[in-house]
Amino acid sequence: MTGEPLVAWIGQMLPLGFSWSWGLDGWIVVIGSLAAVASSLLGNFLVLRKMSMLGDAITHAVLPGIAVAFLLTQTRSSPAMFVGAVIVGLLTAVFTEWIRGAGGVDEGASMGVVFTSLFALGLVILVQTADAVDLDPNCVLYGSIELTPLDTVSVGGRDVPRAAVVLAVVTVVNALFVLLFFKELRLTSFDPALATTMGFSSKWMHYGLMILVSVTAVACFESVGSILVVAMFIVPAAAAYMLTDRLGVMIAISVALAIVSAVLGHVLALSVPAWMGYRSTTTSGMIAVAAGGLFFAAATLGPRHGVLVKLVRRQLLSLRILCDDIVASLFRGEELEQPPPTATWLAGELFASNWSMKTALAMLRRRGEVADQDDRLQLTHVGRERGQRLVRSHRLWEQYLVDRAGSGAERIHDQAERFEHFTDRNLRDELAKETDTPVEDPHGRPIPDES
Amino acid sequence: MWHAKTSRRNALAGIASCDRGVQLSRGLWLLALLTVSATVCHARGRPSPEASSQSAAFQWTDSQWGRVLLMKDYNTRIVIFGVAVLGGASGLVGSFTLLRKRALMGDALSHASLPGIAIAFIAANWFGGDEKSLPWLLVGATASGLLGVAVILVIRNQTRLKEDAALGIVLSVFFGAGVALLGVIQQMDTGHAAGLEGFIYGKTASMRAADARLIAITSLIVIAGCLFLFKELKLLCFDEGFAGAQGFPVIALDAGLMTMVVLVTIVGLQAVGLVLMIALLVIPAAAARFWTETMWRMMLWAAVLGTGGSIVGGLVSALFPGLPSGAMIVLVCSVFFFVSMMLGTRRGVIIRLIRRMRLNRRIDRQHLLRAMYEQLEKSSGGPDHPGLAERTNRRISVSLDKLLSMRSWSRRRLSRAIERAVEDELLRIQDGACKLTQAGFTEAARLTRQHRLWEMYLIAYADVATANVDRDADKIEHVLAPEVIDQLEDLLDEQGMTIPVPQSPHGPLGTGETLGTGETLDGQGVDADGYAGSERQRDASGGPQ
Repeated sequence: MTGEPLVAWIGQMLPLGFSWSWGLDGWIVVIGSLAAVASSLLGNFLVLRKMSMLGDAITHAVLPGIAVAFLLTQTRSSPAMFVGAVIVGLLTAVFTEWIRGAGGVDEGASMGVVFTSLFALGLVILVQTADAVDLDPNCVLYGSIELTPLDTVSVGGRDVPRAAVVLAVVTVVNALFVLLFFKELRLTSFDPALATTMGFSSKWMHYGLMILVSVTAVACFESVGSILVVAMFIVPAAAAYMLTDRLGVMIAISVALAIVSAVLGHVLALSVPAWMGYRSTTTSGMIAVAAGGLFFAAATLGPRHGVLVKLVRRQLLSLRILCDDIVASLFRGEELEQPPPTATWLAGELFASNWSMKTALAMLRRRGEVADQDDRLQLTHVGRERGQRLVRSHRLWEQYLVDRAGSGAERIHDQAERFEHFTDRNLRDELAKETDTPVEDPHGRPIPDES
Repeated sequence: MWHAKTSRRNALAGIASCDRGVQLSRGLWLLALLTVSATVCHARGRPSPEASSQSAAFQWTDSQWGRVLLMKDYNTRIVIFGVAVLGGASGLVGSFTLLRKRALMGDALSHASLPGIAIAFIAANWFGGDEKSLPWLLVGATASGLLGVAVILVIRNQTRLKEDAALGIVLSVFFGAGVALLGVIQQMDTGHAAGLEGFIYGKTASMRAADARLIAITSLIVIAGCLFLFKELKLLCFDEGFAGAQGFPVIALDAGLMTMVVLVTIVGLQAVGLVLMIALLVIPAAAARFWTETMWRMMLWAAVLGTGGSIVGGLVSALFPGLPSGAMIVLVCSVFFFVSMMLGTRRGVIIRLIRRMRLNRRIDRQHLLRAMYEQLEKSSGGPDHPGLAERTNRRISVSLDKLLSMRSWSRRRLSRAIERAVEDELLRIQDGACKLTQAGFTEAARLTRQHRLWEMYLIAYADVATANVDRDADKIEHVLAPEVIDQLEDLLDEQGMTIPVPQSPHGPLGTGETLGTGETLDGQGVDADGYAGSERQRDASGGPQ
C-alpha cells in the first residue's frame, strides 16, 4: 500500500510507538468511522428527543430476537439473527412508547422495564435451547472491531470486509433519511404538536426513526460491539449540541466528531498501552473514551455554551461591574468632598473579595483611571470622566423610573444600580429627553453633565 | 428458618394492616426489622456440615416442591434471602429515582463501575495484593460509581443537556474506558481477568453467604437513610425549587440520594448482575406508581413488590432447574408490572378507561338533557313566555332526529345516552319521541342554567365574544362545582342578571335555523378528545401527595 511509507514517516516524526498496517488498521478505522457516522446521524435526534438511552436499551433488548432466530434456524447465520434482532429492537421502541402513553410512566422507566424484561426473556429462551453456550450474552455485548478485517466478501473483484459493506449501506440509508426528511425530523423533534397541525405525522416520523435506530444499533453492535454504538448515538451529538444552536450545523459537527473519535480512538488503542509496555487494547472502548474526551472539550470550551467559557465570561462581567462600582463610588466621594478612601475600606463598602478588588484595581491602574496617593485611591482625569458618565446614567435612570415608570422613590436605587452598567451615550440622551433634561435626581442630587 | 418465616409474615401482616393514619416510619421500621430478623435467623439457621448431611438423608423422601417451598436447601435459602432483601431496598431507592425521572440511573451506574473495578484490579496487582479480593473491587466500583454520579450531576446542572443525555454519556464513556482497561488487564502476566466481567454480569444462583450478608448490611443502611431523610427527599422529588427556597441543601441531598443508589447498585451488581439490578431498581417502583398517589405508600408497595418478585422468581428458578434465577426474577417482576399497569387502582390502564368512560357518559347525558330543554323552550313559546314554558314544556315530546341535529353526535351515541337516561327515569319514550320526566326536567333546567350562567359570566367578566362563548361554556359546565355556581350567581346578581333559567345570550330562540347553526358549531368543540385531554391533565398534575 502506498500509504505505509507516509504512516511510517509519521510514526518516526511522532514517537507514538505503534505499528500500523493499512490492510488491517486502515480498515478498522474505516469501519469504526462508518459505524460512528451512521449512529451519530440518528443520535442527534435521539438527544433532542430526550431518548438518549434508547441505544443502550436496544442493544440489551435484542437478545430474545437473536435467541428465537437461533431456535428457528438452528444456525448462527447472520441474516436470520439480524432480522430477529431488528424486529425485537423495534418492539423495544414500540413497547416503550406504549407503556409511556397508556401507563403514563416516564420515558426512562418504561425503557428500563422493557429492555430488562426482554433481556431476561431472551436469556431464558437461550438457556432452554440446549447447547447454546456459544451464544454467550457477553459476545452480544462485545462485538470486536479488531476482527472485522478478517471476515471479507468480494466486491468488484476486491476483498472488502463484510462489516464495511454492511455499515456503508446503513450509513448511506441513514444519511438519505436525514437529508430527505430533514424538515420533518426537525419539526417533529422540536414541536410534535405543531408538526401534527401542519400535516406531518409525528408518529410516523417517530417510528421511521425507531426502525433506523434499531437497524443501525443491530448492524453496528453485531460487527463492532455494543459499547461503540451506545456511545456514538449520544456522545458526538451531545458534544455538537454544546457547540451550536442550529440543527444542520449540529449534525455536521457530530459527524465530524464521530470520524475524529473513531480515528483517534484507534490510534489511542494502539499507542497508549504501548507506552506502558503492553500490546494494543480494545479499540471500541478507546473510541468511546476518545468521544468522551471530545465531549469534555466541547462542554468546557464551547464558545457559547461551554462551562469554562461561561464561567470566564461571568467572571469578566463581574470584574467590569466592580470596576464601574469603584470608579462611581470614588466619583461620589469626590462630589461630597470626602477624603479619598483606602482600597480596604472600599472593598468592604462594595462587598468585594480581596482578590477581585486587587484584580479590578490593577485593571483600573493600567487603564490610567485610578491613581494611588499614599495607599489612598484617587481618580485621574480619565477615571473622573468615566465616573461622571456612570453617575449620570444612574441618576437619569432614577429620574426616569420615578417620572415615567411610576416607581416608588425607595426602590429605584437598586434598579438604577443595575441599569447604569449597560447604559451608553445614546440611551442617556434618550433618557434625558424623556425626563425633560432634569438637573436633579429624585433624591435631590445634581445630575452631572455629559462630559 | 421458621423464625424468619413467621417474622416475615408478621411484618407483612403489619404492613398490610397499616391504615391511612399510620406514618411511613412504622412501615419502614417494620421493613428494617424484617431485614434484621432475617439476618439473625439466617445466621442462626446455618447448618453445620454433619447436620446438613443428616438432614439430607432425612429429607430424601421430601418432594422437590416441598424442599424448595420450605427453603430447605441452604443454597436456595441464601439466594432467596439475598435477592429478597436487595429487592426491598432497591424498591425503596428506586421510588426516589423514578420520581426524580432518573429511573435509568442504575443502568448508568452499573456500567460506570467497570473502570473502577479494572483500576482496583490493576492497583492490587501493582502492589502485590490479592487482586480479586471482593472488598477491594467493591471500593473501586463504588469510587467509580460516585465519580459517575458526580459527572452526571455536573452535566445536568452546568450544561444545557438533559438528564437522559447525561446518563448516556457517563454510561458509554465510562464503560468504554472499562472495556479498554480490561483489554490491558488481559495481557498482564499475573492477572486473570476472567472473573472481572462476572462482577458485572453477576452470578445470582451461586450467591454466597458473605454476599448475602453484605447485601443485608447495605440494605439496612439504605433503608435507614431513606427513613431518616424521607421528608427532605420527598420534597426534593416533587419540588426541587421549593426545597431550595426552604433552605434545604438541595445538592447535598441529591448527592446523598445518589450515594444510596450507588451503594445498593454496586453491592447488588456483584451479587446478581447488571440486568437484574437495573430491573430491581426500575420495575417495582414503576409498578407501585399505579397503585397509589401517596409517597410512603408507593415506597411500601415498591419494597413489597421487589421483595415478592425476588422470592417468587427465586423459588420458580429453584423448582425448575433449567431456568436462570436472575432472569426469572426479572420476568416475575415484569409480570407484576404488567398486572399493576392494567389493574392498578389509581393509575392503572383499566381504571383510567373506566373513569374516562364514566365522564363521557355523564357529559353525554348532560348534553342530552340540555338539548331537550332547549327544544322545549323553543317550542313552548320561548323566552317571551317564561311562565308558560315552566308550566307546559315538560309534556312536549321531542323526536330523535331533532335531537340528533342539535349536536355532532352519532345516532348510536345518542340512543345509548337516551337508553341510560330512560333507565335512570330522567326520560320517557313515547311513540319514538322523548319526553322529560319531572326529575329529568328539574335536572335539565339546572344544567341549562349552569351553562348559561357560565356563558353570561364569560361575556360579562372575561370579555368573550357572544359567538364563541357557547363553546367555552360547553367545556367547563360539566365540571362546575356547586360553590362555583353560587359564586357565579352572586356575581351576576350584582349585575341584575338573575333569572331562574337565564336566557340564552344567543338571542331569541324563535327561529330554528339560528339555533341549528349555533348548536352545530358548539358541537364540534365537544368531542371525546377534549375531555380525555382534560382528564389526562388532571392525571398528570395529581402526583402522590
